[in-house]
Order: sequence, then C-alpha cells, then structure tokens
Amino acid sequence: MTYQTLQSLAQNLAKGACSSVEITQDYLNKINELNPSLNCFISVDPARSLAQAAQADQRRARGEAGPLTGIPLAHKDIFCAKDWLTTCGSKMLSNFVSPYDAHVVESLNAAGMVTLGKTNMDEFAMGSSNETSFFGAVHNPWDLNRVPGGSSGGSAAAVAAGLAPVATGTDTGGSIRQPAALTGICGLKPTYGTVSRYGMIAFASSLDQAGPMAHTAADLALLLNAMVGFDGRDSTSLERPSTDYTGQLTQSLKGLRIGLPKEFLAAGLAPEVEQAVAAAIAQYQQLGATFVDVTLPNMGLSVPVYYVLAPAEASSNLSRYDGVRYGHRAAEYVDLMDMYKRSRAEGFGAEVKRRILIGTYVLSHGYYDAYYIRAQKLRRLIAQDFVAAFAHCDVIMGPTSPTTAFKLGEKSADPLQMYLSDIYTIGVNLAGLPGMSIPCGFDGQGLPVGLQIIGNYFDEARMLNVAHQLQQVSDWHLRAPTAGVQL
Amino acid sequence: MPNCDVKGRALMIPYPVLVFNGFCRSIMALTLDDVRRAAHLARIAVSDTEASAALAQLTQVFGMIEQMQAVDVSNIAPMSHAQDLVLRLRQDVVTETDQRQANQAVAPEVEHGLYLVPKVIE
Repeated sequence: MTYQTLQSLAQNLAKGACSSVEITQDYLNKINELNPSLNCFISVDPARSLAQAAQADQRRARGEAGPLTGIPLAHKDIFCAKDWLTTCGSKMLSNFVSPYDAHVVESLNAAGMVTLGKTNMDEFAMGSSNETSFFGAVHNPWDLNRVPGGSSGGSAAAVAAGLAPVATGTDTGGSIRQPAALTGICGLKPTYGTVSRYGMIAFASSLDQAGPMAHTAADLALLLNAMVGFDGRDSTSLERPSTDYTGQLTQSLKGLRIGLPKEFLAAGLAPEVEQAVAAAIAQYQQLGATFVDVTLPNMGLSVPVYYVLAPAEASSNLSRYDGVRYGHRAAEYVDLMDMYKRSRAEGFGAEVKRRILIGTYVLSHGYYDAYYIRAQKLRRLIAQDFVAAFAHCDVIMGPTSPTTAFKLGEKSADPLQMYLSDIYTIGVNLAGLPGMSIPCGFDGQGLPVGLQIIGNYFDEARMLNVAHQLQQVSDWHLRAPTAGVQL
Repeated sequence: MPNCDVKGRALMIPYPVLVFNGFCRSIMALTLDDVRRAAHLARIAVSDTEASAALAQLTQVFGMIEQMQAVDVSNIAPMSHAQDLVLRLRQDVVTETDQRQANQAVAPEVEHGLYLVPKVIE
C-alpha cells in the first residue's frame, strides 16, 4: 500500500478526481475500522468533519482553494479546538469542550483543512510511550503489543496506519520526533518561538513547540508553511520574515557538512539502531555531503536538567486545574482546600502527579538555587555546545531514540528508565533548536528506526531539503505496516 | 565539609551527602515529610501509601538529577530562553471581548455569571 501524500491528495482534488467529502469519508471509514485496535483517536465526529469537508468543496468550486484546502488531518488532543472535546489525554479535562481554537487549529482551518478527530496522547504531554493517557495506551501499527512512542503517540500511529495523511503534534522533550521514529514516519519540531502556542495546552512553556507529522519531508514543509507565523496572543511568538519551507527542497546537498557528535554513540544505543542510522548517514556521502566530528560535551546532563526544568514549569502550568472554572471537580469536599486537593488528586494520573511533585520541590524555598537555577545555567552550557558545533557543520545527525519500539508495559513501571530514553531529543528542546526525525531503516523484527536531523536556529528549510534528498534515493518513508494492522 | 550557613540551608554541595546534623539540610535525602509538604504546596491530596510510593520513585529521580551538582556553574548566567528574549510590550488598549458565556459553559458550577466554590472566609 502506498500512502496518500498532500501532493497526491491536492492533485486529485484539483482535477476533480474526488471531492473533499469523499476523501474525508474514506479516512473516517478507516478510522472506524482500525481505531479499536490502535486506540489512536480520542474524539471523532464524522458529521462535523464531513460538514467541514463540504465547505472546503464549496471553496474549491468558488475558485478559492489553496494547496491544503479540503485535505483531512488529525490534531493532537492538546490543541484547543472550538466545540471539540479537548482532553489533553487526562481525566482532568475529560469533560472539557473547548470554547475556542488554538492558533494551529485556526491556521489549518483557514487553509481549508478538515479535522478528522483528536488524537490520543500521554497525559498532559508527559510521557514517551503514550501509556499514561487516561483514555488507554495507543498501540503501534507495526506491532500491536508495542508502544508508538509519546507523547504524540496517537498522531504518529494515525499517520503510520493511514488513518490520516498528516497530523499535528507537540514536542517538549522529543514528543514529535520519538514517536515519529518508533512508527516510521516523519516529524519536525520547529525552532522555539516559530509556531504560536496560543490554545496549545501548556506543559513546559519554555520548551513546548507544535509541529507537523507526515509521511514525507515535502508534506512536513507544506504543513509548516501554514503553521508558522507571528501571533500576538503568544508572548513568546517571534516576529520573523516569512519563509517558504518548500523553497529549498530540491537543492543539491553538495558541500553539506554533517556534524556527527561522538556523544551520540552512548551506552544503551541498540546495535541495530546504530547500524541503520550509520547506513543512512553514509548515503549522504553519495549525495555530496561531508562529515565533521563534533562534540557536545554536556549532553549527558540533558536528562537531569530537563527533569528539573520541565516538571518545574509543569507544576506552575498545571496549577490552573483547580476544579473552579473548568475541568474535573471532586464530587465531595469539606472546604475549598479539600476541593482543590481532591479534584487534583482525582483528575491527574500518576506520572503527572509525580512531575508536579518534582517541580514543586525544586522550586520550593531552600532548593530553588540548587536545582532550578543550576539547571537553567546548565541549560546555557548545553545550548552553547550546539552553537559551537554549528560553527563547523550545517546540520547534526544521529539516532532519534536509543531503541526501536518497546513492548507495552516494559518501561512504564520504571519512570527513570523511561526518562533516559529521551537522551537524544531533549538537548534540542533545551537549546530551542529545530529537530526532525525521518525513517531510515528497520531492525531485525521489522520495527522502524528514525534518523534525527538537528538544525541551527531557523534553518528548517535546509533540514527539510536534507531529509527530502534522502527520500529521493530511498523508500523507508513509503513503507507501511502490514504485520500489525491490515490496511 | 559541605558549606552551610548558620540557618542550615545547604549552599554549594558538590557531591551527594547524607543528612548531617541539624545544621545542614541535604539535597539528596528526601523524606516522607518532603513529599507531604510538596503535595500540600501543589494542592494534591496524597495518601500515606501514595506518599511512600512517591518517595521511592522521587528518590530515584533525584538521584539522577544529582549529576547536575558535579559541574562548576560559577560564571554562567541562567538561561530561560534560547534567544534570551525579553517579553514583548503592547499598547495599553482593551483587546479582549466579553467571552463569559462561552467560557462559563464548561464550568462545574456557575450562578448569575459567578463561579461557585466552597466558602473561603470563615
């Protein structure tokens, strides 16, 4: 089976081979058939999707169609979407129907895209396996007994299984890139500040970034074009000249310098992942690239620094869930304090509570300097390492994840083991750099391996070019799961 | 000897230490009281069983976090944003419209446009 790309869908729509309503119905049928075994959608509303598709068809009939008009997509359930249940994978928001659209949803709606549904995710984006969701774990389409990765596991599984051509995700410590790697699709986390976080439920505000997930680099570029832009409603949104992220896709890679950090060959990297990544990197030599040894000396500190800063920011962001204005409120309480404590104890899952406790502790009196401020200083060192490396290379490459998809339940009992699997992705968020993952092979069990491409600030167009060129001479990105799921 | 000021707050401890005498608070040895105190600050009800389980897991995580202490950070400024961004200012004009009805449609308990909560002042 070959996937539909945004280009093929747009072509079919343009020449009238099919309508948006037909395409949307097609995907809705597939979702209906396969979601029970994958559990990648939390909310689906066929009537609403088809109504949106009909409007897109009307827009096309009026001659007002753009490159994305009428094309369906799935949104991670972290994005507020007006009149859609927006749960963030949590019991706390399991009754929350959003009164407004996030910037990302608004922008893609404006481009004429059709919302197929809201995808499952780790609760409040905290997780690397999509096992912490209140709505149950997501299953990897390549092997239903394995995780799809997280926290954007639902979006990744939906795209990988052909239930949506593209999806939105968010990435705070790797949550777009790692599930993309584990499900054999492409995912990109843009430079911090390029995609507005307005309406994107906050986990760690200095690290969160929304991004596209798709089968090809070209599709990522098209979506990114519609997602990026200054938004005054996000205080961290950057004003920058607009870029066409498709503009450099076809450029030759002759002269490209690829940085290879020695620290990426860390203990815990599965041999088959190392081999597949090395083979893909070697292909770049044939495309005209040269390799440069670089070093990221403080990379080993990424995980401890992240697990101080992200929980600290989360403890602050999640303090808004108090049962007063929205979300879960306990049924019984004796006073206001009791109402807060019970509502939050009932509404949050174990991992979220764990991180709130860590965050509260590291911000508390007597520990703030030793933990939080120290972590912010180490953050600067980690970012400076990347800046120094980019003086000698154009992009940095390595594995996205130390392993392929692990089994459901394998790491969920040991939070620390789960945290350590973020080793390759976390530093990129700490530094605010753009990072992406593209498929580059499989292990002996047929599980996908992801290649991570890290770019300099605002260099997404070049990263997409680098990814696109590999996809012209390989077909990893076109493979579809057959063992796990009948498509 | 770890550096401690007279009030017993630990300053720069370069390596994990066990609880000292009453003058120094260690960074590493979390106690059940620490968990309960954090839970109270975070307004999350935690039973004794949950607190014990949390203590075990948090101790593990903090053991990993201790790696941060080994690095000399004396001449580094903290970084909260990649481009060291300063918050943008805007014109002091009203831009929000009245969204109360829409926003309160999802509230647990409202009456006459007010959110209802248990009595705050005794």
